[in-house]
Amino acid sequence: MELDSKCPSGPIETRWDRHKFELKLVSPANKRKYTIIVVGSGLAGASASATLAELGYNVKCYCYQDSPRRAHSIAAQGGINAAKNYQNDGDSVYRLFYDTIKGGDFRSRESNVYRLAQLSVDIIDHCVAQGIPFAREYGGVLANRSFGGALVSRTFYARGQTGQQLLLGAYQAMQRQIAAGRLTMFPRHEMLELVLVNGRARGIVTRNLIDGKIESHAADAVVLATGGYGNVYYLSTMAKGANATAIWRAYRKGAFFANPCFTQIHPTCIPVTGEYQSKLTLMSESLRNDGRIWVPLKKGDTRPPNQIPEEERDYYLERMYPAYGNLVPRDIASRAAKRVCDEGRGVGPTGYGVYLDFRDAIQRLGVNVIRERYGNLFEMYERLTGEDPYKVPMRIYPAIHYTMGGLWVDYNLMSTIPGLFVIGEANFSDHGANRLGASALMQGLADGYFIVPYTVGDYLASTKLEKVSTEQTEFRDAEREVAERIRRLLSVRGRRTVDSLHRELGKLLWEYCGMARNAQGLQYALKKIPELREEFWQNVIVPGTGEEFNQSLERALRVADFMELAELICYDALHRNESCGGHFREEYQTPDGEALRNDSEYAYVAAWEFTGVGNPPRLHKEPLVFEYAKPTERSYK
Amino acid sequence: MRIILHVWRQKNASEPGRMVRYEVNNVNPHMSFLEMLDVLNEELVQQGEDPIAFDHDCREGICGMCGFMINGRAHGPEPGTTVCQLHMRHFRDGDELWLEPFRARAFPLIRDLVVNRSAFDRLIAAGGYISVNAGSAPDANAIPVPKQAAEKAMDAAACIGCGACVAQCPNASAALFLGAKISHLGLLPQGQPERYQRVLKMVSQAALEGFGHCTNAGECEAVCPKRIKLEVIARMNRDYLVAAVKHLGVKEAVEAGVG
Ligand SMILES: Cc1cc2nc3c(=O)[nH]c(=O)nc-3n(C[C@H](O)[C@H](O)[C@H](O)COP(=O)(O)OP(=O)(O)OC[C@H]3O[C@@H](n4cnc5c(N)ncnc54)[C@H](O)[C@@H]3O)c2cc1C
Ligand code: SF4
Ligand code: FES
Repeated sequence: MELDSKCPSGPIETRWDRHKFELKLVSPANKRKYTIIVVGSGLAGASASATLAELGYNVKCYCYQDSPRRAHSIAAQGGINAAKNYQNDGDSVYRLFYDTIKGGDFRSRESNVYRLAQLSVDIIDHCVAQGIPFAREYGGVLANRSFGGALVSRTFYARGQTGQQLLLGAYQAMQRQIAAGRLTMFPRHEMLELVLVNGRARGIVTRNLIDGKIESHAADAVVLATGGYGNVYYLSTMAKGANATAIWRAYRKGAFFANPCFTQIHPTCIPVTGEYQSKLTLMSESLRNDGRIWVPLKKGDTRPPNQIPEEERDYYLERMYPAYGNLVPRDIASRAAKRVCDEGRGVGPTGYGVYLDFRDAIQRLGVNVIRERYGNLFEMYERLTGEDPYKVPMRIYPAIHYTMGGLWVDYNLMSTIPGLFVIGEANFSDHGANRLGASALMQGLADGYFIVPYTVGDYLASTKLEKVSTEQTEFRDAEREVAERIRRLLSVRGRRTVDSLHRELGKLLWEYCGMARNAQGLQYALKKIPELREEFWQNVIVPGTGEEFNQSLERALRVADFMELAELICYDALHRNESCGGHFREEYQTPDGEALRNDSEYAYVAAWEFTGVGNPPRLHKEPLVFEYAKPTERSYK
Repeated sequence: MRIILHVWRQKNASEPGRMVRYEVNNVNPHMSFLEMLDVLNEELVQQGEDPIAFDHDCREGICGMCGFMINGRAHGPEPGTTVCQLHMRHFRDGDELWLEPFRARAFPLIRDLVVNRSAFDRLIAAGGYISVNAGSAPDANAIPVPKQAAEKAMDAAACIGCGACVAQCPNASAALFLGAKISHLGLLPQGQPERYQRVLKMVSQAALEGFGHCTNAGECEAVCPKRIKLEVIARMNRDYLVAAVKHLGVKEAVEAGVG
């Protein structure tokens, strides 16, 4: 199958406008005759549901939490980028485009990224109109701050709760459409299967998490906005319930999965404390604006940080990357932390930690300024660790945070299954091999407010769709398949809990397909994962029944899919014989330990096709062409 | 350390519930409260018992999904802290704790410590938004917002919709939650056109949902994990009064019990 990205040609500045003009429209009177399913109510899903309903479509939205407002977008702290150039510091759409392509290590599509940068400005306008309480200057205008990978100040924020505020804006827009009768919300409903009729996405099968009922829902198009798959690693900064089931089921039905090994490790998370640890907590990257990262110069220096004199500290990011200093992109900051800890200079009880120190910023700006900027983050740190970051430096360590990979989509955000659109973190579209901070919120909202509402319309207007009913065999078969999967899980009655198996999978992936990877380790993981999957299906315990509120069963269904996805991630990592962005292959590095890209052989999107569980997936390549942002060595020195 | 728990167990809304005693040994003080329950649940599952159901998702104190009563206090003893961020270092070896679900007429029970808080969504649907369609907004800096207003709006907007305020209130009133949203939107210039309609619609929806009246007991503020202040209720009442007078006339407003 040829992958057609449907990217427009011509000058990059006008591509989206011309494309939009060429998209077919559904007449206002006909819109309400179409039903669109949106799975997920995070920034991407909530903005898409609300906007599609505003346009007049009949929308159904699903989430596994008890309310759409709880989607994990709520946890985003730092901010959202937009090329407003309100600071007059030389920002522009082109610069945001360029920074994002470079930040992604030249592994994303120029056309998509340019459009994203263009739409960023509309997002801020809309969000302000919705009443998002963004930070302001004394004169009443919007305030900005800087994020990693940029030399301009273009990040808009609402204290340390930007994701929360943006999501509540989109959620409120949804509630307005619910009240208007154009949108129906199905909370505590988990999508467990995608239904195709004549090769097109026409519906889903869900489990009602309260009573366990398996139900089919039909539609004219399906939009997946189910977020990232970072929880395959068990420990991550994702919500506990975050899962890959929706996209994995779509993959099994023929949607290609792009760049699964492009996972992002965030440099500033609170280090692990023990085996019981259930998740990792992020400390926003915005802290790197004022905090300085260091470790002791000497190995095994166990003195308390405040007793280590200045000349015995190694501010290693400032030393290695003088131009960007503490604001280098995430992949670079994470790897540098791993390197100094591997050298034996890590701090804290486990030796896997580095200091993030505010002493100098407090001296320079005063406690009050620091409190105003980061007060709630400092409070959170103290709540979790029992240490006061105003007095002692924070301890941080990298953790799995975001997945750049996801279902392959074309410029219209449609997957290889006609009628199946994928938006937000669930797709692979805009961040290449590494995402810059404050760009995921931007992408989710661009997809949901300003792209998919047009492109879904084009699909509906240009496709003849027959009527479908949930009574027909395609739906019945899918329901039966789901019921059978549940029955199998409940009947194993083995000896190991879902979490213990999940933890083991996570450790395996983190060890062999985490911050640094090599062929030997990946081959080992590819041998181990099928064994662990076998162990899961032979030895898992899932208590209770399928016809009740059963959180163990929910987890088991998710982990069953992670057991398959983990293998795909390793296949992708093994095939990509280069280092780029978050994918660092130890065999491919420069003499001073930087990632060594291979543009002549790997400047493509790797889109994988399912060929059956346990079989190697089939690779399809979408070549990447750079007409504007010419690939260069990605230097932050 | 060792912790003794008495946990409300109830299979579903129609079966009766009861308190069940559990002992958790080897509790690490760095664990969060929910991690302690995870450890207990792992043991229960190993022993072939049903684990304790409790809601949670982000475990970062922001999604608002977690929440139950610990010794009669919503989210437990630490001020400004959701139960997912409550750490065991705040308890002592041998402590005995009673865990119960949030109880309120408007929050029907689902299982064990899990309740249905969809009524909150319907309060927002009644008017907790600014009516603006995507694509129709002016430039973001076209309307300046005084820093102070933005900060106060943000203080109110920090509400995570957890329901602790309702659970702690002797009347199961949603006043703090409502006041937070009404203040957030009402403090911003963008929220002015619908300001008075909003308060009327949201307050009347609250009565329909079965939330009680606010009698200024102040218990909500004491347990709110986001430290939403009682002043949001005062603000809501003022707006309601103005709205009712505009809408009904003073006499009817007084008769309707506004104030
Ligand atoms: C701690 C943290 C901080 C972050 N900070 C920032 C930041 O400052 N700036 C930035 O730009 N980005 C940040 N990010 C990244 C960003 O928040 C996410 O990438 C983005 O919010 C994802 O949005 P989404 O809409 O794609 O998915 P989500 O918000 O994750 O929503 C997923 C939705 O899908 C639903 N769902 C999932 N599976 C199913 C299923 N099987 N059935 C039914 N429903 C399902 C869920 O219920 C949920 O509603 C941060 C991420 C984390 C974890
Ligand atoms: S006001 Fe406070 S206690 Fe009430 S729902 Fe909001 S955050 Fe929870
Ligand atoms: S689990 Fe999200 S607030 Fe506690």
